[in-house]
Amino acid sequence: MTLEVVGFWVLAVLLVGSALAVVLTKNLFHSVLWLALALTGTAGIFLMLEAEFLAGVQILLYAGGVVTVVVFAIVVTERLVGTRLAHTSRRVLAGGAVAAVFLGVMLDILARAPLAPVMVPMGADPTKLIGMALMTRFLLPFELLAVLLLVSLLAASYLARPEE
Amino acid sequence: MGLSAYLALAAVIFSIGLFGVMTRRNAVGILLGIELMLNAVNINLVAFSRFHGDVTGMVLTVFAICITVAEVALGLAIVILLFRTRRTAMADHVDWLKG
Repeated sequence: MTLEVVGFWVLAVLLVGSALAVVLTKNLFHSVLWLALALTGTAGIFLMLEAEFLAGVQILLYAGGVVTVVVFAIVVTERLVGTRLAHTSRRVLAGGAVAAVFLGVMLDILARAPLAPVMVPMGADPTKLIGMALMTRFLLPFELLAVLLLVSLLAASYLARPEE
Repeated sequence: MGLSAYLALAAVIFSIGLFGVMTRRNAVGILLGIELMLNAVNINLVAFSRFHGDVTGMVLTVFAICITVAEVALGLAIVILLFRTRRTAMADHVDWLKG
């Protein structure tokens, strides 16, 4: 077992365990904390795939930004109804069956697909390549993304504005 | 580790997120499930990108992360609005369209 294999399995167990905790734990706030761990584990997977820039973005935006915003939303929506942070699940058996069937089909497809066994060198630093692609081939989607972020920012602050 | 290992891991996480979306009663809990599913998609994109030596997948991941952030901000704004008008964050209690 090389270091890469060991690292992958450690991260995989961490990811699957924290993801299960996100959907199974009874406390909504704990759910969010487990999600933060899962997102950080994903950043570790990105590091293993030699995508350092994406690992940084993942931690800054997801584990930093998204988790903070979700915690704020929980504080706003739960405080008024008391300390009722417990959130329950419904139709666990049906949901579990659908998810299990979906997973089975996916793994069956993966087992039969001809997939590349080894990594191909990128030719240059991935971060540099991402920057080049963003400024050349993907320039229009990049600018549209800026518009999308502005629109969603305005819309979110409009929807959640204080009551008159 | 081969590409199939990363794709299998992403499939497992996606299924867990799917389970969360289908079973959670709280709207914030459903959003957390969607986060997990999008996260699995990002792992797929980066893995394909890395095993094919093509940077396009990583660029798409940058886009996916940004769009997810916008989606979460809007989704939580809707949850807060819902809570103001209905005093609940439970998806089950939102049945205005039920005849």
